[in-house]
Amino acid sequence: MSELALPKIDNSILNRKSEIVKNLSKLTDKENVLSEVDELRPYETDALSVYTQTPLAVVLPENTDEVSEILKYCYSENIKVVPRGAGTGLSGGALPLQDAILLGLGKFNKILEIDYKNKCVVTQPGVTNLGITHAVQHKGFYYAPDPSSQLACSIGGNVAENSGGVHSLKYGTTTNNILGVQMVMMDGTVCRFGGKSFDQEGYDLMGLICGSEGLLGVVTEVTVKILKTPDVVRAALIGFPSIKEGGDAASEIISSGIVPAGMEIMDKALIEATDNFSKAGYPRDAELLLIVELDGTESEVNELIRKVEAICKKNNCSSLKLSNSEKERLSFWAGRKAAFPACGAMAPDYYCMDGSIPRGKLAEALLEIKKLSEKYELPVANCFHAGDGNLHPLIMFDGNDKEQLRKTEEFGSEILKTCVRLGGVITGEHGVGIEKRELMCEMFNDNDIQQQLSIKKSLDEKNLLNPGKVYPILRKCAEEGRVHVHKNKDKFPDLPRF
Amino acid sequence: MSTKIKINSQIFQDSNNVYYPKDEVEVSDLIRELYKQDSPTEIIGNNSKSFIGNKTQSANTTSLSKISGIIDYRPEELYIKVKACTPINEIEKVLSENSQELAFEPIDFGYIKDGKSNKGTIAGYLSCNYAGSRRFKVGSVRDHVLGFKGVNGKGDIIKSGGTVVKNVTGYDLSKLIAGSFGTLVALTEITLKVLPKKDSSKTVIIYPNNFEQIYDLFNKLSSSSSEISGAVFIPEQSNDKEFSAKRNNVFKFNDLKSKVSFVAFRVEGDKISIEEKINNLKKELELNNSDISILDVYQSEPFWEKINNLEVFEKTEHNLIRMVIPPGNGSKLCKYLENNHNYFIDWCGSLFWIEVNSKKEEKIKDLKKMANDFGGYLTVIKTSSEYDYGEPIFTVDKVRLMISEKVKQSFDPKRILNPGKMYRGV
Repeated sequence: MSELALPKIDNSILNRKSEIVKNLSKLTDKENVLSEVDELRPYETDALSVYTQTPLAVVLPENTDEVSEILKYCYSENIKVVPRGAGTGLSGGALPLQDAILLGLGKFNKILEIDYKNKCVVTQPGVTNLGITHAVQHKGFYYAPDPSSQLACSIGGNVAENSGGVHSLKYGTTTNNILGVQMVMMDGTVCRFGGKSFDQEGYDLMGLICGSEGLLGVVTEVTVKILKTPDVVRAALIGFPSIKEGGDAASEIISSGIVPAGMEIMDKALIEATDNFSKAGYPRDAELLLIVELDGTESEVNELIRKVEAICKKNNCSSLKLSNSEKERLSFWAGRKAAFPACGAMAPDYYCMDGSIPRGKLAEALLEIKKLSEKYELPVANCFHAGDGNLHPLIMFDGNDKEQLRKTEEFGSEILKTCVRLGGVITGEHGVGIEKRELMCEMFNDNDIQQQLSIKKSLDEKNLLNPGKVYPILRKCAEEGRVHVHKNKDKFPDLPRF
Repeated sequence: MSTKIKINSQIFQDSNNVYYPKDEVEVSDLIRELYKQDSPTEIIGNNSKSFIGNKTQSANTTSLSKISGIIDYRPEELYIKVKACTPINEIEKVLSENSQELAFEPIDFGYIKDGKSNKGTIAGYLSCNYAGSRRFKVGSVRDHVLGFKGVNGKGDIIKSGGTVVKNVTGYDLSKLIAGSFGTLVALTEITLKVLPKKDSSKTVIIYPNNFEQIYDLFNKLSSSSSEISGAVFIPEQSNDKEFSAKRNNVFKFNDLKSKVSFVAFRVEGDKISIEEKINNLKKELELNNSDISILDVYQSEPFWEKINNLEVFEKTEHNLIRMVIPPGNGSKLCKYLENNHNYFIDWCGSLFWIEVNSKKEEKIKDLKKMANDFGGYLTVIKTSSEYDYGEPIFTVDKVRLMISEKVKQSFDPKRILNPGKMYRGV
């Protein structure tokens, strides 16, 4: 993609590479420090693979004390640090920097305690999201947030990004499902926020850390809540002849007082793409497809299904199928879950966007995206967590064509600006990272951003932890006239800029 | 109240020198001026919960009570945006007209303060972050805040969040503001997630024999897929006649044997699913041969109101403690409390409300140690007139205090807003 502005490289650090590697090797097993070019290659990017960068070195500590010692060392030597979980993030939050250590938490891969009495699991951050559910499902429990990458993404990364998933309308995102974290600050201080009890007194520092994209600390332990698996889960697959009718039905389901466990929308382009790809048996004549999942006790689910059916019929649905077995329910989801690879099969590259809008603006947003697709002459398919207004347009393009790349970026940016205009936000669950950094000024004014930077400065005064992420690089923001800069003088000259 | 501060503005000031800014611009102007003059201010709403926390070390008082009113309510989008000091009653009324509610079930602290209802404002409530009985199922106040606007200690108007539930744009400052006791920003606008009200409710009462059985019940209740939305234990307190009489009077219901210890749990939903869940739970809890009572919706609703009004501690003149611990340690705490203090347990075994006799401040120290040992915390919600603040009323460790100071500094470098309300130096 286009050239990326990153924090100024500190050449003195590059020049001291061998000394730094040597010193790091004293703080953990020397096999945990990678510095050769071919060893570093797997760490050059996360799941936003259009951006790559080779880190100075990769360190893979094995326990909290090692993390603390490494950060303490980096702090005293002014070495930048980029934390990384499983590297599945879609916004470039774990993109390395040339003069920074990449701190991988991959060796923190153990579940420390399963506590059914207190309905929680204490885990190291490198354990996968699905790994937690696997550890407790034999007793009928599960961990609720389910990002689509749950097979691979780590719980530490989920905390950093405040990950959601299909079921977040009813069960919330990561921040609503964790009870405590242990975290190491940039100067090496180890701290603990929360524990196994509900809430915490004083400032909700766990709430601040969750979703902070690795800018405020390195999470080394997480305590998550586990929930009892519902008795009955059923899904309905409903086709609509128009975007408006389907969107209205989705809105009406919510306003009628139903809180579905999940509610997904796919547009015609995606129905066709996924049905070709996964043979899910979707209604191909529909302009819009709604999947509604309901859970609870048997009578509860039956009652909800009856209500959903009535609402969809009232809104002229063209087809309606209810799952009568677990196998059938999973088959309804098969197409939706294949959305990304299906788009991957249709074009050399696709770019997944992630804005949130008020549910009622769905039809308006989809029509606007359609217009933009014609303007940029790039095909787009849309899936949408309709329950909570989280939109994922997938723009298809050819990455080898520089002009298409440029247009894709502009198209994506216009979609997110549309989300903000409709009362939404630029990222619902993928995070800002480096991808949407410059768009922060669409949502926040100078005061808002300065307050956030001020928090960053208070917890990482040297700006060494994951710099260059989330917040706009001043120059670009200023050029676009979003941050007020008078006579080239920053309003807060003492604040860090990155 | 000091009169030395002269604010060059038109902001209304009453005879007690309390400032009443009427909008966020006036709040901003006022705080900017106080910032220039290094003059801290206490921030209040409707004064319903101002007794919670330390006394602030400030020369001025700013009341945000005029910043009130509903800005935008979208039932179909499940949110309501209000000016910060909108009374909770007003919000609940408009939500109720659309069969919606604040699912975290606001506690009415008016009863413990002076014996009558006063739920206060949403800003005050958010600043305390004390959720009611439904907390263990639906989350706390902080889990229901989608966004806010307010003024930091330099006088800058700032915002965070929005109106949508899925939002990871920037730091989640809404969480940080929840429970910050007005020490970070003076709130001017709050957007809350709202949820549909359940059609009906029933409450099942069980009369257990010992503490182990209570916690066995709590454990089974929280492990069940037949979801409950409230579970309390109300102990018999026969050694304190006065309290016992009050307790028996508060819980006087046709279908409840109120004079003995009981566990009560609430099931909400449509009528058919309530019956189904109760039947499932009776089997799971092995209650089919036990002595139980069932409160129908007409008794169930007032029962939980009484719990969330803390009516058993109405107008208490003793110290009232709020302790939260992991439920796994609950039966140990019960054993300690028995015959020592008046108390009851909420949140399916996690939340203890404990009354500590005014002359026994050292007892609070013991309880705090216990809270720490059990992996929880306590707050002295209401202090007796003899409380000398020798024992801090909040629980905080050194590292968290250090970080809290840094966070405070980033919002309010000169400590203008509610200084000392939570911790000395914050």
